[in-house]
Amino acid sequence: MTAVSGREVVAHALDAARLAGADAADAVLIEGDSMEVRVRGDAVDFVKQARGRTLGIRSLLAGGEGRRSAIASTSDLATEAVERMAGESVAVARATAPDPAAGLPEGGFAKDWEKLDLGLAHPEDRGVHVESRIQDAMDAEAAARNMDERIDNSEGSQASSGHSRITYGNSLGFLGDYESDSHSLFSEPVAHDAAGMQRDYWMTLGHCLAELESPAAVGRRAAERCLRRLGARPVPTCEVPVIFDPVTAPSLLRQLAGCVSGYAVYRKSSFLSESLGEQVASPLLTAVDDARRPGGLGSRPFDGEGQTTRRNVILEQGLLRSWLLDSYSARKLGLESTGSAIRSAGSPPSVGPSNLCFEPGKASLEEIIADTPRGLLVTELIGMGFNPVTGDYSRGAVGLWIEGGEIRYPVEEITIAANFGDMLRDVDVVGCDLLWLGRVASPSLRVSRMTVAGSG
Amino acid sequence: MSPRDSSGVIGFFNERFGLEERALTAALDTTLARQVDYADLFFEHTSEDAVVLEEGIVKSGDRHIEQGMGVRAVARERQGYAHSDEITVESLQGAAQTARAISQESGGVRALSATSGGSPDRDLYPVDQPPTEASVERKVTLLGEIDSYARSLDSRVAQVMASCVTQYRQVMMVGSDGTLASDVRPLVRLNLQVIAEKPDGSRREVGSQGMGGRYDFDTLSQPEGWKKLVGEAVRIATLNLEAQPCPAGSMSVILGPGWPGILLHEAIGHGLEGDFNRKQTSAFSGRMGERVASEGVTVVDDGTLPARRGSINVDDEGTPSQRTVLIEDGILCGYLQDRLNADLMGMPRTGNGRRESYAHLPMPRMTNTFMLAGQEAPEDVLRSVDRGIYAVSFGGGQVDITSGKFVFSANEAYRIENGRLGAPLVGATLIGNGPDVLTRVSRIGSDLKLDPGVGTCGKDGQSVPVGVGLPTLRLDDLTVGGTQG
Repeated sequence: MTAVSGREVVAHALDAARLAGADAADAVLIEGDSMEVRVRGDAVDFVKQARGRTLGIRSLLAGGEGRRSAIASTSDLATEAVERMAGESVAVARATAPDPAAGLPEGGFAKDWEKLDLGLAHPEDRGVHVESRIQDAMDAEAAARNMDERIDNSEGSQASSGHSRITYGNSLGFLGDYESDSHSLFSEPVAHDAAGMQRDYWMTLGHCLAELESPAAVGRRAAERCLRRLGARPVPTCEVPVIFDPVTAPSLLRQLAGCVSGYAVYRKSSFLSESLGEQVASPLLTAVDDARRPGGLGSRPFDGEGQTTRRNVILEQGLLRSWLLDSYSARKLGLESTGSAIRSAGSPPSVGPSNLCFEPGKASLEEIIADTPRGLLVTELIGMGFNPVTGDYSRGAVGLWIEGGEIRYPVEEITIAANFGDMLRDVDVVGCDLLWLGRVASPSLRVSRMTVAGSG
Repeated sequence: MSPRDSSGVIGFFNERFGLEERALTAALDTTLARQVDYADLFFEHTSEDAVVLEEGIVKSGDRHIEQGMGVRAVARERQGYAHSDEITVESLQGAAQTARAISQESGGVRALSATSGGSPDRDLYPVDQPPTEASVERKVTLLGEIDSYARSLDSRVAQVMASCVTQYRQVMMVGSDGTLASDVRPLVRLNLQVIAEKPDGSRREVGSQGMGGRYDFDTLSQPEGWKKLVGEAVRIATLNLEAQPCPAGSMSVILGPGWPGILLHEAIGHGLEGDFNRKQTSAFSGRMGERVASEGVTVVDDGTLPARRGSINVDDEGTPSQRTVLIEDGILCGYLQDRLNADLMGMPRTGNGRRESYAHLPMPRMTNTFMLAGQEAPEDVLRSVDRGIYAVSFGGGQVDITSGKFVFSANEAYRIENGRLGAPLVGATLIGNGPDVLTRVSRIGSDLKLDPGVGTCGKDGQSVPVGVGLPTLRLDDLTVGGTQG
């Protein structure tokens, strides 16, 4: 990627921070190149190619009862620029207050990361040509448009391929790096009939091209999802069971991840902050965050502080077993890091899921629908109506209305609302259809009752 | 380089990166060696810093330099774009070769020399000192004062989180038609989140507020401004300690002035962006000239308001910003355009071609979007409703442009009973249909207000700062997503 290796850049940044007056430091370098293409109809919409590198330096200064800290980041990696930014990080740190919990982790650094093969890097696909990805997008687009004459337009089909390298080092001697490749294909057709116009999408992503669904399958699935929305209408306001499919259910898990983040817990900005060890969810729910899942989209050999990554059980049959912690939030709570630090170049470490999922149950989505006399299957959610402090939840929804265990018609312009804590407890079926469309995944879930607001 | 360079940005890029006119023209010519309609270069240098306070102390600060350039080739609706964070004559040539691959046929036109265009004769947001150059110590002190003040206002304040972010962005646009434009965009923002707790610990609630715009740090740190902000955050957090469940269903909704203008952004603005209308994927496609709102409703997008967060001197393609009327007295009359979509649709450019950074292609985006004031006293608008809700503060919103369905979430709302304000309500999402929601407007207040400078709009993975505004507004039969059926 560069003449100077990532490890040399990071080592130089750490030296520069020390020279500028830091007592401890860490640095992360994120390097990447990528291409992205979009096709609409039978024409190329855009082709984008990019290259980027960003270095972030965190300097820590001993002072008073704790440490002062600050971060500086730059995309200019010239020697003088790196030294200037290291100096900036120390200067800004001097202006901050000492914090007893601040500092590098004391131990727990990954030792096995070099031997570990998590299936993240696939050099064999790095030479993939733009033309080949344009063809993938064309094929997905054509499959979607040929599915039905009502599919007469689209927002396009998009393919991307990228390669990145993360290098992390700190003044305690840890220095590591790993590479990761990623490829994706996304299709978003538009269907049209007398009742109006609808869009929907489907996507596939993975670390290598072989892991992707075929372009035709992506296009067809997108078209099916789009077509079934035609003629959607609101339903009258009511209280019914609500089923989340594997596209919408992960949003609940992302909310849960935010509420079990060590930062939300020590700040008491999570409605779960006093509930560790308690039954907070249905016994049907087990949530596991596994950073070492082979081929996982969020897998990583070490975390954003160089800590060994591992499998963390967050919920075990509804019992809240663990928070997600980095070293800072762990210190604040008197606990140990769970190896869940995430890191961007420009921000201090924070906490985030790696590969987080609800473990699948036994029922298929069809069986769950058949078991629902009257209710709503949610296929898309819009808006940000969730308050993690109180658990209040109210979001816009699109889906399919169920009567007598069968799908009857598409619905839209409705909201679904409840308290998120109640929703977790009210899950009464978990599907077998776990599907990884990102770092957070879930099978279908049914919440036994929520308020659906619509017409009247 | 000959054009006016009052902001000094053109000189800055030239001096710092050795980008002389020859190198810029050569890069454009490389791109034009293929059959393309247009080529342009975008350069950016941004510095940003942030300090964050929680638990009464500023624990950390950060500072960033982001720089890079992008080369674009446009052939009808096709765009080739290559960008890099390396700004050198060599990387520019490399990117030009990559971008032109969008077209296979050879071209042969040469770029016009960059002498026309330039920035308009105005600066909407002059600052004496870039906000990033105000000392970190001053920013730390400001957050400390905000924390003490918030805690002094109410003993139920349990947690205060505050941040101060300042940014200074310099951009330069060079086009094969001779466009040469630049802009210097300062941006400041204060964010505050207060958590209040009942004395018995039985309930916690949050109040969030923010303010900012394109001005300097001195202005941001004026106590009369931030004290009002802190007062509001504490008031909302403590008010919500008594909030009751929100009703669900269709009812009359009164929106307060200012930030509830997010309704216009979601329900109307996105649907009128040129790209969706060229592709005919917007619920507003083909409806130009039709009635889409009640009489008296006029909605504009105005990028020329001094010092506003959503304002720009020129857009990210070098087109000067302007005031565009989107809906006039209820009739749809304007789209928001960037260069590509305006040219393909044979419509005028409106200065709305914006991008998050050099790493992104420009798209039609809003600037400051608001509804003009009506005649009625706000109290009369409130009194006109027998049963409904009054929503004054909102979190975020989202829209499905194709179906037209949009949502936005209230975080300060009250029940209205017999024309009077009742109990505060916990947050709820409002949902509606963009193309007809403004036909449900039955009363428009005289109190147009713009938001305090906190809006960020996301589209296709790109974020840009925007503004909204609204007078007090009555809407009938809007769906309120509460829990009480």
